[in-house]
Amino acid sequence: MKQSKIGAWIAFIIGTLYFIVPLIGTFEFSLRMKRGEYSFEAYRVVLTDPNFLASFGYSVLMALITVVIGVVLVVPTAYWIQLRLPKLRPIVEFITLLPLVMPAIIIVFGYLRLYNSSSWLPLTANARSTDLLLAFSYVTLALPYMYRAVETGMRSIDVRTLTEAGEILGASMMTILFKVIFPNVRVAILSGAFLTFAIVIGEFTMASLLNRPAFGPYLQLIGANRAYEPSALAIIAFMVTWACMGIINVVGNMKSNKRTA
Amino acid sequence: MTAIDTTPPLPAEPGPVPEAYAASKKPLVGQQTWAWIGITPFMLFAILFLIVPTLYLVVGAFQDPDGHFTLQNIYDLFTPSILNAYWLSIKVSVASALLGALLGFFLAYAVVLGGLPAWLRPTLMTFSGVASNFAGVPLAFAFLATLGRMGLVTVLLRDLFGINLYGAGFNLLSFWGLTLTYLYFQVPLMVLILTPALDGLKKEWREASEILGASNKQYWTMVALPVLFPSVLGASLLLFANSFGAIATAYALTGSSLNIVTILLYAQIRGDVLHNQNLGYALALGMILITGCSNGAYIWLRARAERWMR
Repeated sequence: MKQSKIGAWIAFIIGTLYFIVPLIGTFEFSLRMKRGEYSFEAYRVVLTDPNFLASFGYSVLMALITVVIGVVLVVPTAYWIQLRLPKLRPIVEFITLLPLVMPAIIIVFGYLRLYNSSSWLPLTANARSTDLLLAFSYVTLALPYMYRAVETGMRSIDVRTLTEAGEILGASMMTILFKVIFPNVRVAILSGAFLTFAIVIGEFTMASLLNRPAFGPYLQLIGANRAYEPSALAIIAFMVTWACMGIINVVGNMKSNKRTA
Repeated sequence: MTAIDTTPPLPAEPGPVPEAYAASKKPLVGQQTWAWIGITPFMLFAILFLIVPTLYLVVGAFQDPDGHFTLQNIYDLFTPSILNAYWLSIKVSVASALLGALLGFFLAYAVVLGGLPAWLRPTLMTFSGVASNFAGVPLAFAFLATLGRMGLVTVLLRDLFGINLYGAGFNLLSFWGLTLTYLYFQVPLMVLILTPALDGLKKEWREASEILGASNKQYWTMVALPVLFPSVLGASLLLFANSFGAIATAYALTGSSLNIVTILLYAQIRGDVLHNQNLGYALALGMILITGCSNGAYIWLRARAERWMR
């Protein structure tokens, strides 16, 4: 027993070193911009760069649009599958897992050929419709996580009884969906939403190939041309990811607290 | 690149249906035959933005520029430069999947069964959730700042211990450099997938095998590992596909100097470097087949593994 405990500590310490050292390295590097002293100069340069603000803002907006489309698409579907079409569950689940099977670059490659400016549905013809296509591509990326989160939430409530109660009280289908079902799976939707946010905010492949001014391509451009700013950006990106995961945890805990109360 | 959610695994069966409904089978709203309309938006979205775009590439792989059927594109995949790209991608993916699986296993084992302080476990899980999602371009920056030519570790090793990493043949922009970088999201992913499986190892099994006189080694080889095997193998396949389809980290790390298949495809989409659009589709088809097989096997194995978790 004692021996295995030592082994466990060794595994844990090696793991910790591997994960912490690059963060320290990155942070230290990001402070080196001014010669001979540590300073936050790189952060100042990055945060005042108009392109940083523009691309970060664009990606935040994209993430919000993605979350809205994703929720509107996934929640009614999961509800309907649970309530009326349990037989189709395997098919829908398979579809939601497809984006894990197909790399993002494949999906966007298909879009570029299928929706180019001379096709039947020229979505890439102008900037606004390309934005929409990018949001759709992000929805596919988020689909496995979003669906799984919502589906788990949906299974923990009694969809049938809630729907029946709503119908007896004379509510329409839409009222039931938006005023009864949505609030009941709020926590699941929120955790799906923040996970989506974490995935979308720094996404590179799709934004770059669809030629949209998102945060991912901006990061790549800075990385190719600057020395210290990329490290500062990496630390910022890490903190954004950390914030998203932290919020998911907090939201999840809120649920269990409410249950016990 | 794959992220992972931290929601608990799904229950195997839907919750019990109240007796009254099970008996009456009366549809709640409208006609049962029209029920499928409720999922039309989702299906339409899936067809338009997932299935048709992929089919378009698959069909294109079997066509010549005039649209006639041909196998020429598939044959053309077997040219050295394309084969090399696939091969390097497969090597990096296999290495990062195997090492990720191994290290992730030990790490998960250490916090679940290793007798470490209890607070370490939630800390590791939260960190793994973050690190498995911390991929793409910023990850490349982090490793350049750490192990690049001017990186912290490179410089410290040189100044403090006189070890010249790059002099010894190490290069971050290489097979091992890329593998080492990918491990940063592969290991946490493995930890997240394996922890529930390790939790599923019941104490009773260990006690039963000890009562029956099994040694520690026998317990592992004859009880624990066979139970864990589908989870470990399945997770390794997911890790493989995860790094096979990745591009952002490699692209930001190496530019286009490392010839892996996603970077080749990226260049093909951008500027038709293969000088044949349909060969590009065939390149995509090869990737779909490889990640498809590996993920398909993962999904199948996960279903098998969940049998033990009930």
